[in-house]
Amino acid sequence: MPEIYWEDVPTGTVFTTAERTISKEEIIEFAGEYDPQPFHLDEEAAKDSLLGGLCASGWHSCAIAMRLVYDAFHVKAATQGSPGITECRWRRPLFAGETVKVKVTCIDTRASKSRPTMGLTNWTWEMTNANGDTIMTTESWLMMGRRPTDTNTSGAN
Amino acid sequence: MAWFEDIEIGRVVELGSHNFSTEDIIRFAKKYDPQPFHTDPEAAKDTHFGGLVAAGWHIAAVWMKLMIGARSSMPEVEETPAPDGRTAPRGGPSPGFFDLKWIKPVRAGDTITYRCTTTEKVDLKSRPYQGIIRSLNEGFNQEGILVFSFIGQGLIERRRPFKPDVI
Repeated sequence: MPEIYWEDVPTGTVFTTAERTISKEEIIEFAGEYDPQPFHLDEEAAKDSLLGGLCASGWHSCAIAMRLVYDAFHVKAATQGSPGITECRWRRPLFAGETVKVKVTCIDTRASKSRPTMGLTNWTWEMTNANGDTIMTTESWLMMGRRPTDTNTSGAN
Repeated sequence: MAWFEDIEIGRVVELGSHNFSTEDIIRFAKKYDPQPFHTDPEAAKDTHFGGLVAAGWHIAAVWMKLMIGARSSMPEVEETPAPDGRTAPRGGPSPGFFDLKWIKPVRAGDTITYRCTTTEKVDLKSRPYQGIIRSLNEGFNQEGILVFSFIGQGLIERRRPFKPDVI
């Protein structure tokens, strides 16, 4: 059974994921399959690009952030998927060899009107490197299961 | 790739299709999003999805894959060089996206067909040699139902620097 339900993450909940160092090999492997552009595949070509060096696909950054947040939160929480991402900003490139972590903040929460066993939580993610530079920010809703015993007593919404 | 000035609003590009097999869904999810409804067909039956579904970031990454494929299969057009001697526009980097919606689950075996429509061109005072192209990107399943969409953005070089109107 999950340890964390919708009721356990009020607005203002904050946590930070573990750190991970992103290797050149991983960047090239992801890009080779999903985003084969020179600045994600080839160090020499990347120097002449608008990004200035070999860096991860923005979608790879999103997937890396997802895994870091999964390991810190989803693995023990009653998560039920996301309806989408309100906004994602790729603020600076994630260069090969950088070590990143994600700060996660719950900025809003509400019960589902149509599904009494579900609640919604709105989160910001901020991925930073070791210098504290912001690499990426997102804002997105996450659906979560409600604590089973609460389902029948929460008619307020 | 065309210069910023030559890109037309309203242009539609069909990006092609991708079949999300069980193996494909599990392989991506084990690496990046190992929630049971993305990695375990049996456990997924007991979730509100009722079966295995592709990770949302997988659906997005495949859009990128097909976008690059569509770009590279377009006929080579000899671009007019810029007056300052740059022979072809560089592009690719994106400042981000917004309004990304996972509208319906993508289930094991589904084939998603993606489409990109250019919707907006944004001048940048901060970067006179680049502009932002915005596009509506959509994914439809084999029944023609919209399952995925987002507004994408890409930085593209301009042939001539942007000059804001003098006030």
